Amino acid sequence: MENIEELLAQACSAVDAATSITELEQARVEYLGKKGPLTALLKGLGKLSAEERPAAGARINEAKQVVAEKINQNRKNIETAALAIKLASEKIDISQPGRGEQLGSLHPVTKTLERIEQFFGSIGYSVAEGPEIEDEYHNFEALNIPAHHPAPAMHDTFYFDANRLLRTHTSGVQVRTMETSEPPIRIICPGRVYRCDYDQTHTPMFHQVEGLLVDKDVSFADLKGTLEQFLREFFEDDVKVRFRPSYFPFTEPSIEVDIDRGDGKWLEVLGCGMVHPKVFNYSNIDPEVFTGFAFGMGVERLAMLRYGVDDLRLFFENDLRFLEQFS
Amino acid sequence: MKFSEKWLRELVNPAISTQELVDQITMAGLEVDEVESVANDFSKVIVAKILTAEQHPNADKLQVCTVTDGSEEYQVVCGAPNARAGLITGYAQIGAELFDAAGKSFKIKKAKLRQVESFGMLCADAELGLSEESDGIMELAADAPLGVDLREYLSLNDKIIDVDLTPNRGDCLSISGLAREVGVLNKTAVQYPEFAAAPVTLAERLSIKLEAPSDCPKYLGRIIRNVNVNAKTPAWMIEKLSRSGIRSIDPVVDVTNYVLLELGQPLHAFDLDKLSGGIVVRKAHEDEQLTLLDGNQITVNTDTLVIADDSGAIALAGVFGGEKTGVTSSTTNIFLECAYFNPIAIAGKARNYGLHTDASHRYERGVDWQLQQHGIERATQLLIDIAGGEAAPINDANNEDYLPSLNHITLRHAKVNSMLAFEMPAAEIEEIITRLGITISSKKADTWSLIAPSYRFDITIEVDVIEELARVYGYNNLPVKMPSAALDFTPRSEAQVSIHNIRRTLVARGYQEAITYSFIEKQLQRQFDDKHQGIALANPISAEMAVMRTSIWPALVKTVQYNQNRQQNRVRLFEVGQCFISAGDDILQENVVSGAIVGKRQPEGWSSDNQSVDFFDLKGDLEALLNLSGCADEFSFVSDQHTALHPGQTAKIIRNNETVGYIGALHPSLAKEFGINGNLYLFEINQQSLQTGKIVEFNSLSKFPESKRDIAVVVDEQSVFDDLKLIIKRTAGDFLKNVTLFDVYQGQGVEKGRKSLAINLTWQHPSRTLNEEEVNSSIQLVVSALAEQAEAVLRD
Repeated sequence: MENIEELLAQACSAVDAATSITELEQARVEYLGKKGPLTALLKGLGKLSAEERPAAGARINEAKQVVAEKINQNRKNIETAALAIKLASEKIDISQPGRGEQLGSLHPVTKTLERIEQFFGSIGYSVAEGPEIEDEYHNFEALNIPAHHPAPAMHDTFYFDANRLLRTHTSGVQVRTMETSEPPIRIICPGRVYRCDYDQTHTPMFHQVEGLLVDKDVSFADLKGTLEQFLREFFEDDVKVRFRPSYFPFTEPSIEVDIDRGDGKWLEVLGCGMVHPKVFNYSNIDPEVFTGFAFGMGVERLAMLRYGVDDLRLFFENDLRFLEQFS
Repeated sequence: MKFSEKWLRELVNPAISTQELVDQITMAGLEVDEVESVANDFSKVIVAKILTAEQHPNADKLQVCTVTDGSEEYQVVCGAPNARAGLITGYAQIGAELFDAAGKSFKIKKAKLRQVESFGMLCADAELGLSEESDGIMELAADAPLGVDLREYLSLNDKIIDVDLTPNRGDCLSISGLAREVGVLNKTAVQYPEFAAAPVTLAERLSIKLEAPSDCPKYLGRIIRNVNVNAKTPAWMIEKLSRSGIRSIDPVVDVTNYVLLELGQPLHAFDLDKLSGGIVVRKAHEDEQLTLLDGNQITVNTDTLVIADDSGAIALAGVFGGEKTGVTSSTTNIFLECAYFNPIAIAGKARNYGLHTDASHRYERGVDWQLQQHGIERATQLLIDIAGGEAAPINDANNEDYLPSLNHITLRHAKVNSMLAFEMPAAEIEEIITRLGITISSKKADTWSLIAPSYRFDITIEVDVIEELARVYGYNNLPVKMPSAALDFTPRSEAQVSIHNIRRTLVARGYQEAITYSFIEKQLQRQFDDKHQGIALANPISAEMAVMRTSIWPALVKTVQYNQNRQQNRVRLFEVGQCFISAGDDILQENVVSGAIVGKRQPEGWSSDNQSVDFFDLKGDLEALLNLSGCADEFSFVSDQHTALHPGQTAKIIRNNETVGYIGALHPSLAKEFGINGNLYLFEINQQSLQTGKIVEFNSLSKFPESKRDIAVVVDEQSVFDDLKLIIKRTAGDFLKNVTLFDVYQGQGVEKGRKSLAINLTWQHPSRTLNEEEVNSSIQLVVSALAEQAEAVLRD
């Protein structure tokens, strides 16, 4: 039995020497296998006396245990080392760009429109839309703009025939809403509008959002509050807002709203006013019972101020290098 | 309207600065566009006379002048061709500060020019900021006082204020009107010009007939004889006219223009000797011709009011005089006229003839109907003062039935308070009303009866007065609050797909949103849509924007072209917007969603496959949109033809038997014409069809395994997968769950003219496991049905 220690030492060094799973397996088969010397020693136990047998058996099993543990240990080491090599070989350049489709973008006018819709939507306004080819009545007459008034000329209207035209504002949608629903009315009317004017600061088509609130006891103060708050939300800034008397045939009083974003310059951003009683009369709403306010704003203008765009015409050139900036 | 601040301050002079004045009137609704100095800030330039002007000994283009300021003489070298003995001009003394064209200041010093000493400089208008350019030194009036500071002599410490008046404030289109408003705002009295009416020394009258009294209910005229048209208009008048942007012509024209600026009443003078018979104010006759003062001949429409004599139209009423009866340098006798026209009769008329005059601008906004007598008296007085003459009595033709009347308005205190959301004290209301010139005729309880002055014809109803109260009180001094309302929910249908969702789906798939004009070139519209005629604008801005689009495709293709010309080869665009289709008397205006793709399938990158997009890339994107509705199975794609699309790569999109859109490759001939690089694919679909969806209905999950089988069949290459799919669905039994095309192959091993389709079929039973035999027999049925109905051969 003296050679058991020697065997154990041999087995251990064989296991230690193994650098791969295959070599380790070979060492295992060699020392712990059925034909291995430790197994042979066990088989030789029968030759021993009954007194010697248990101790010798225990010694052999202990040695087997040690070798087995050693194998396991080395297996882990080999696997860990192999994994480390594998991992090292699998290192990627994480700075390479990701694969697949890139995000497109919404047009800045849409982005702006959606923000406006959300602000007003959050306080109970709903969106109303209508035809872009309008009739004279809904675009002018029902808004207290008679055909002979300088206003239609002021608007530089595109006509199709005596009655049909491209809407110069989305107010026609307000008229249609008042014709078909009972107050309280809270709507905003976004959309394309058209005026026969084309230069550096005018395009023949642009976008407007108009709003209308009709209820009992709506006052000038409500109008001021709504628009002041809207402008501050829109610019996410405590912009200075001023209300300047103006004239629109469909509102009385009429107001233009200017903002100062901190540079001391007043910029006109929207027009508004209290709905003119004649407009209510046209739509069969009793101006003695209901009052209301209306407002209108140019979307491109707000988008230009918000995003710092300096040329109106960029909005309709659809240059990808422009559009991509709004993703 | 441009006006001189100094002139305004002659009438009303509140103790406020120019800037304060400008801010004040802007905030009162008279928006100031621009404030301009009359001259730049030069100093030490005086009025001086050239005594002698002699050729410079060493320079051809220079003269050596001796100038005097009335007491001393100075030698000045001058290069202006008009420098001559006797000329009175502006003389910048040593030490004077002048400004160059860039606005930089410099001092005048003693200088030597080609060996001749020069003590100062003779000035041109442009050098003093009085005009843009000048071709010589100033030529001042012969009576200009020598030695006087030029700023003082020419009243150059003045600003020109340009106010952009809203159409309702015609009453402010004059210096008197503006002064009245400034007086109201500052509680300051206004000194209107006072004058004594010219004596009437003649007795003659020209007859006046009002044949269109509703359009012209009032017309005043008078004869003035022996006017010296060649008299010189005084400098003060020329200066006031020029600061309002009006050039001096002759005393008659200048006086009428002056009164128009001073009072807001347009006037016109005819050469009396060129009139035949009396004056008739009437609508134009058919085909009536008139040569205007500017020499243009027009045919007057019968809807237009004219001033006529026995010979026909002699002026476009309220707009422009005629050439034939115009005042010329040989005129001695005139007929001076003014009128009140109903604004409706004048509105838009000038524009119709391509004209816009100071008179038409005022008449179409409305002129005070009580102003005419005052206006013609003022003009007569000024004219006789300047150019002499003898006046005949004013012939005042009017028709009371058609004259406006003063507006009576009831104002309720409660209405003021509720509209402005605060209690405006009665005393304050009355004070503001009175300041505005509105008469309080009576007061009962909390209600006033008011009469608006004739010049404020825009004040007609109660809210007009409330607006005035708010305006004078100050819009920004009024309270602010948020409206309160019942907290009702805004209904939102879950089955309706929002347009935001549609847009975002496309954006997530790499599309940029475009917005193109809704009007396009007529020819372009026809090239893309031969079924509909674009609705034409009567007054298009250009041929490129002449008809309403019937499809967004033309503009998207143009946009692709635009971007490809800027080195963008991969383009993915969409647009949402209305298209316009004429349907009998009606116009169909429907929103569509339209898309275009061209270029590589993937953005350029280290791992992209470099393949170009094809029909199925676009179809995949479109299917993603169809899936938003949850009703993708209601849509089908059917091979079709479209004028803009490739005949072999076109499908119409059908939902519930209705064509809702098209998808396909741009027709190669169009692609060639527009110089499109690569194959361009387009879709366009009705927005409503994408938005109509359904609410999800849950199906319980089967606990039993799926059975899958793959088959590959060879069919004619013209076969349509959808047809095979239909055969499979009909024959594969109730538990067929899914049919997927997973490969399409043509080439080696497949006969020419045929293609191989590999299809996966999946079955699942809701309540048990399907056994092998059931699935096998189903697949047998499928294979034989495909063989019978589609000549499909199973591929090994």
